[in-house]
Amino acid sequence: MAIEIKAPTFPESVQEGTVATWHKNVGDSVTRDELIVDIETDKVVLEVVAPATGTLTEVLKGEDDLVQSNEVIARIEEGEATQPAAAPAAKKPEPDVQVADALVNPAAKKLADERGIDLSQVTGTGKGGRITKEDVVNFTPAAAPAPATSAAPAAASAVEDAMPAGERVERRVAMTRMRSRIAERLLDVTQTTASLTTFNEVDMSALMGLRKQYQDEFTKTHNGTRLGFMGFFVKAAVEALKRFPLVNASIDGSDIVYHGFQDIGVAVSTDRGLVVPVLRNAENMSIATVENSIGEYAGKAREGKLSIEEMTGGTFTITNGGVYGSLLSTPIINPPQTAILGMHTIQQRPVAVNGQVEIRPMMYLALSYDHRLIDGKEAVQFLVAIKQLIEDPAKILLEI
Amino acid sequence: MSDKYDVVVIGSGPAGYVAAIRAAQLGLKTACIEKWQNSEGKGVNGGTCLNVGCIPSKALLDSSYKYHEAKEDLGTHGISTKGVAMDIPAMLERKNKIINQLTGGISGLFKANGVTALYGTGKLLAGKKVELTANDGAVSVIEASNVILASGSLPIDIPVAKVDGDLIVDSTGALEIGEVPKRLGVIGAGVIGLELGSVWNRLGSEVVLLEAMEDFLAIMDKAVAKESKKIFTKQGLDIRLGARVTGTEVVKGAVEVTFMTADGSEHKETFDKLIVCVGRRAFTDGLLAEDSGVQLDERGTVFVNDQCATNVSGVYAIGDLVRGPMLAHKGSEEGVMVAEIIAGHKAQMNYDIVPNVIYTHPEVASVGQTEEQIKAAGEPYNVGVFPFAASGRAMAANDTDGMVKIIAHADTDRILGCHIVGPSAADLVQQVAIAMEFGSSAEDLGMTVFGHPTLSEAVHEAALAVNGSAIHIANRKRR
Repeated sequence: MAIEIKAPTFPESVQEGTVATWHKNVGDSVTRDELIVDIETDKVVLEVVAPATGTLTEVLKGEDDLVQSNEVIARIEEGEATQPAAAPAAKKPEPDVQVADALVNPAAKKLADERGIDLSQVTGTGKGGRITKEDVVNFTPAAAPAPATSAAPAAASAVEDAMPAGERVERRVAMTRMRSRIAERLLDVTQTTASLTTFNEVDMSALMGLRKQYQDEFTKTHNGTRLGFMGFFVKAAVEALKRFPLVNASIDGSDIVYHGFQDIGVAVSTDRGLVVPVLRNAENMSIATVENSIGEYAGKAREGKLSIEEMTGGTFTITNGGVYGSLLSTPIINPPQTAILGMHTIQQRPVAVNGQVEIRPMMYLALSYDHRLIDGKEAVQFLVAIKQLIEDPAKILLEI
Repeated sequence: MSDKYDVVVIGSGPAGYVAAIRAAQLGLKTACIEKWQNSEGKGVNGGTCLNVGCIPSKALLDSSYKYHEAKEDLGTHGISTKGVAMDIPAMLERKNKIINQLTGGISGLFKANGVTALYGTGKLLAGKKVELTANDGAVSVIEASNVILASGSLPIDIPVAKVDGDLIVDSTGALEIGEVPKRLGVIGAGVIGLELGSVWNRLGSEVVLLEAMEDFLAIMDKAVAKESKKIFTKQGLDIRLGARVTGTEVVKGAVEVTFMTADGSEHKETFDKLIVCVGRRAFTDGLLAEDSGVQLDERGTVFVNDQCATNVSGVYAIGDLVRGPMLAHKGSEEGVMVAEIIAGHKAQMNYDIVPNVIYTHPEVASVGQTEEQIKAAGEPYNVGVFPFAASGRAMAANDTDGMVKIIAHADTDRILGCHIVGPSAADLVQQVAIAMEFGSSAEDLGMTVFGHPTLSEAVHEAALAVNGSAIHIANRKRR
């Protein structure tokens, strides 16, 4: 019996999607619940699985074709599972290290192969830019996001091919749908908001001391959830947002919408781009719940399994460039929100404390805000509030 | 009337003539002034190197080596020789012919490249003008947009052993000795002393070298210096270290040399001939007018920066006249660098990879840092050594003295230095110098295919030995 495979129902805000990757070819046998195809929308990759066991008889949409919500994209003939099909469609072979061999010393290439180092990342210091063994020995890869376990390697992995070192080659790759959408939104933000950034710094020693003191007990009590900084920052943000409701508001046309709740978005970097899952009603979440939720979201984000609902809404966002080493930055606002808090790397620095020079673990904080809605005074005071709450965490608890 | 040139070079030794040729190749109107005259009073190019240095000494070294080999070493091959004799005048004649050929070659190259060859003494005046006093006395002034000073160096004179050109000679005189001295004294056991001492030792002289320093070949890698001393001593060179000459006296047609050793005791030795070769000094006599503006440094060399520019804009100095090892090829490469800079190119010289060679037999050659220098800098390193005694090719050639030593950084494996005493050391060290130019690690050399059986294989094995993977010798156990 012929069964239709349809594109899933897209949420209201999503008009159409693109076929990202077919995992099965016509003639392949499929088993029930086996992954057949990935559909990519603006924000997420949706997986379509086989509703029954049988053979894939018809494929109506090719990769990169547009699909509408619930559109038929393939047909299966139900029946016994036959021999497993050949290798999945469009599986890209291991990219060769495409570095012009003439510019890499032999021992350097050998060592890079042994260590799995991508030579296109290595700067050559030898004659004419040659990569020497010394360069490979000294190479430390830049802090990278968690390895992608996404089930759709093809389109994205084209970008991972090494560019030949030292040659002036170019390669043209079409933006993925998700990347185009991100590009559009970011451009929109910069053009429609009056975005400014105010900075401050926070002494993390109190928080670090707190964490050290209670880490073991916390982890034991909360079933293995570790106590990080995000829990505190989210709670501090919530407290500060309560005091400065404008920072928690959004602009809709010519109206200001004040939200009576704090939905805090936490930015997560994946190899497809930045996504911001939202902690709903963070004002009601305990620190353990916040830590747990963030951990869950991060995992889902990397596997491309975040749902649309999990990523929409949000009244305020926190982003942390510190894990990658960022000292200071100007985060970009996540519309229709009007502000975003940027956390950065913690750096031991000499600071003046009661007239003495002491070494403290300092973190710079950045608050980008939409000046159409939030004035400088509000923004600065909001950030100062966060600083004070973090430097003396008891204040969060006591709401002072 | 004054001529105007883009570049005027004073001196046509290996630094000067190379600079002149390169400048002309780059389209600059170039003149090269040379004051050297040969025995017939004719102006000849080539400087010290061609006329009384590198070339003649190598010619005599090869001639004397062949004589020695023919007399002493052919028996082991099964060849018996009788009546092997050395005709010294013929040997000197051959040397002179080679000199003439080469100096003539340079004027040929000048013509071919359009370099104006001027003969006379050049003196730098203020404002980049050069005063030329021709060999016939005529004085003229040349204008130049750029001047390259390349007047080279002279042997250092020591008051305790004044050169008389007869019984006490300098290196120049040593190349003209007409008959084999029975006992030859050499003050200074450096490169020149060892080479000249070797020549006459092979021809039958009893040679004693008096070296003031406590260490033999102090600037070389200690392991190689030690091995070299053993070899030279075995050859019959009597090397006295820590021997400081305090006086000389010509007595009854011989030279009596008084010297002090490290323990403070005084000694006397008598020689039929004494060669003084304690070093060379930059030759600035009569080179710079009072108001030329060019500064000398405290050692009497012309002060220059990394691009060989003096403190006067448009005036450069190269070769033995400036800092750095007094080596012909160093001067030549500086000449090329300066010519290119004048022509508007970006040019630089790599002073870290300059090979240096002693042309004894076996040769001693090195490039890069010594083990002592690396240790002093606190850098961790590995050493690989391969003795020629383990080389099949060396055995076949009956030339198994010496070894190849390669030093590489312990963490990055980059080759930091190579030191060789052995057959063809100069050519083998050059291979490593080339590898070092490309940032080669010891492993890179180890991964290169070397022909077999060659002397070069010793380089290959030494490189492998750095990381404990030499095949033809047991590798040292790593701690």
